Amino acid sequence: MNVLSFVNAFFSDSAHWHGYDGIPHRVLEHIGYSLMALGIAAAIGLPVGLLTGHTGRGGNTLAFIATAARALPSFGLLVLMFVLLGLGLLPVMIPLVVLAIPPILVTTYEAVRSVDPSPVDAARGMGMQESRILLQVELPVALPLILSGLRSAAIQIVSTATIAAYVSLGGLGRYIVDGLYQRDYEKVVGGATLVAVLALATLAVFWAVTRLAVSPGVRRSA
Amino acid sequence: MAVDRLSLEIPDRSITVLVGPSGCGKTTTLRMINRMVEPSEGTILLDGVDIQKQPVNTLRRSMGYVIQNAGLFQHRTIIDNIATVPRMLGWGKEKARERARELMERVGLDASLAKRYPYQLSGGQQQRVGVARALAADPPVLLMDEPFSAVDPVVRKGLQDELLRIQEELGKTIVFVTHDIDEAIKLGTMVAVMRTGGKLAQFAPPDELLSAPADAFVEDFLGTDRGIRRLSFFASAGLELKTAPVVAVDATAEQIAAVSTPDVPYLLVTDPEGKPLGWSEPDDLTPGDVVTERLLPYGRPFEHGEESLRAALDGAVLSPTGWAVAVDGTGRVVGVVSQQTIGEAIRSAHAEGHRAGHQTGHHTGRRTDEKVAG
Repeated sequence: MNVLSFVNAFFSDSAHWHGYDGIPHRVLEHIGYSLMALGIAAAIGLPVGLLTGHTGRGGNTLAFIATAARALPSFGLLVLMFVLLGLGLLPVMIPLVVLAIPPILVTTYEAVRSVDPSPVDAARGMGMQESRILLQVELPVALPLILSGLRSAAIQIVSTATIAAYVSLGGLGRYIVDGLYQRDYEKVVGGATLVAVLALATLAVFWAVTRLAVSPGVRRSA
Repeated sequence: MAVDRLSLEIPDRSITVLVGPSGCGKTTTLRMINRMVEPSEGTILLDGVDIQKQPVNTLRRSMGYVIQNAGLFQHRTIIDNIATVPRMLGWGKEKARERARELMERVGLDASLAKRYPYQLSGGQQQRVGVARALAADPPVLLMDEPFSAVDPVVRKGLQDELLRIQEELGKTIVFVTHDIDEAIKLGTMVAVMRTGGKLAQFAPPDELLSAPADAFVEDFLGTDRGIRRLSFFASAGLELKTAPVVAVDATAEQIAAVSTPDVPYLLVTDPEGKPLGWSEPDDLTPGDVVTERLLPYGRPFEHGEESLRAALDGAVLSPTGWAVAVDGTGRVVGVVSQQTIGEAIRSAHAEGHRAGHQTGHHTGRRTDEKVAG
C-alpha cells in the first residue's frame, strides 16, 4: 500500500469522524493547544520585542537568548518537564512556548528596528508621546514582518503540538503516537496528513489577517 | 562639541535661515529649539520664556516640524497624515480632516490626493504634505530641517516659491536649515552662516551678507558671483525703458524709418501681439518681408518691475546686441534697455544702499529669542 491509499483509507473510515477519538474533536484539541501556546508566546515575545526594538537596547541579549532557546530540543524539554512536573498541560505548553518565542521576539525586534527613522523623528518632533510613536507610527509599518514572525511561530507550534500525545494528552499527535504503537500505519499517515493540512490552514489564516490588518500604504511600499 | 556658545535672536514673523557646511551644528541648533537635542548649558527663550519651563510635548506641539524626505506616515492616507497634530490635540476626526483639506489647498495639493498613500506621491508632493502637516495646528513657529534637499532643482524652486507665498499669507516665525547658500539667500529674511564647531560666522540679511561678508570663511562659503547674485535684491522697476526702437513684424517702411534714430543701433521686432521675435539693424529690415530666422537673438526677456536687476542684466548679456528686453506679465514687450543703462541703475542702487546703511533688525512684537551654549 502506498501513502495515498493510507490517506484514503483513514479518511473514508466513518469511525474516524465521530466521538472522542474522532477527527473533529482531535483537530479542535490540536487547535486549542496551538492557540494557547501561540497566545502565551505572543504575550511574552511581542511586548519585549516591541520595547527592545523601539529603544534599541538589549538587542544582543535578545539574540543570545533566542539562539539558546532555538537550540533546545522540544521533545527533550517535554520529557524533562514531564519528569519535573508530571502529567498535565503545563509540561506540554512549556516546550511549545519556548519554541515559539524566538521567532516572534527576534522578528518583532528586527521589524521595529528597521522602521524608517524619519517618520519616527517627525512624530517625536511634533510632540507625539513615545507610547503612541511605538503603537501608531512604528507598529503599523513593522506589522507585515511581525505577522511573518507570528506565522512561522504558529506553523512550528502546529507541527510540534503532536508531542502532547506523548504525555497522554490529545490532539492530532494521538493518531501518530497510537498508530505507531498499534502498528496502524493508516492512522499514522492520516494524523500526519491532518497536521500538514492544519499547517496550511494556518498559512491561509495569516494571509487573510495580513490582508485585513496591514494598511494598503504599507503593503504596497514594503 | 556640536554647538558652541551660539547667541542668536530670531526675529518674529520672518524666515531665519541657518546655513553652513555639514558638521557646523545647524541641525543641532534647530533641534535644540524643540528640545529634540538638549543643550548642556545655556538657555533658549521663546517670547522671553525659557523653553525648558513647559512640558516637552506641549512645546513641540506649538511648533511645526518639517524634515528632509518629509517623514510621512506611510500607513496613513495623505489627509490623515496632515490631520495628525490636530488629532493629537484632541480635535474630532471630521474637524481635523476638514482642516487638513484646507491645508492641502494652501500648499498647492490637489484635493483628489486626500485618500492616497504617501508612496503614490512624488517627492515634491510628499514634501508639500510634510509642510501641510506641520502647519495643521496653526503653530506660530515652524522648524524646517533641510526640507527641500532631496528633490530635484526644478521641484525645489517650486517648493521655495510656494514657501515664500505661504509665508506672505501666514507670517510664521520660520527657522530653516540648509547647506545650500543660494536657498538661504533666496528664502532668508535673516541668514546665520555657521562654521564647523557650531560657531556663528555671520548673522545678517542676505543682501548684506553678499555685499559685506564678515570674513574669508563667509566669503568663501558664498562662492563666486557675489556681485551678480546681489543684484537679485535690486528692483528693475526703476529702469528707464526705451519704447521707441520697437517695431511690429508687419511694419511699413515709414514706420521703420520713424523709429530709426542714430542713437539706436538696433530695432526689436515683435510679432503682431507684441511678443519679441528678435533684433535687427534698421537697414537690414525689409518692410513686409521680415525673415524671422535672420533676426539676432534677444536673450531672455525680464518682467519689468517684477524681476530684479539681475534678470535685466542677464537678458542684456545674453543678447549679442547688449540690449535687454522688458516684458509685462503676459510676455508683451514694454520696452528695451541697454547694458549701459542697467550699469547706471546698479551704480545708483549701490549708492542708495550705502546711504540706507544697515538699518535692519528693528523687530517688534512677539519674539523668538534664542541663546544657546553647548
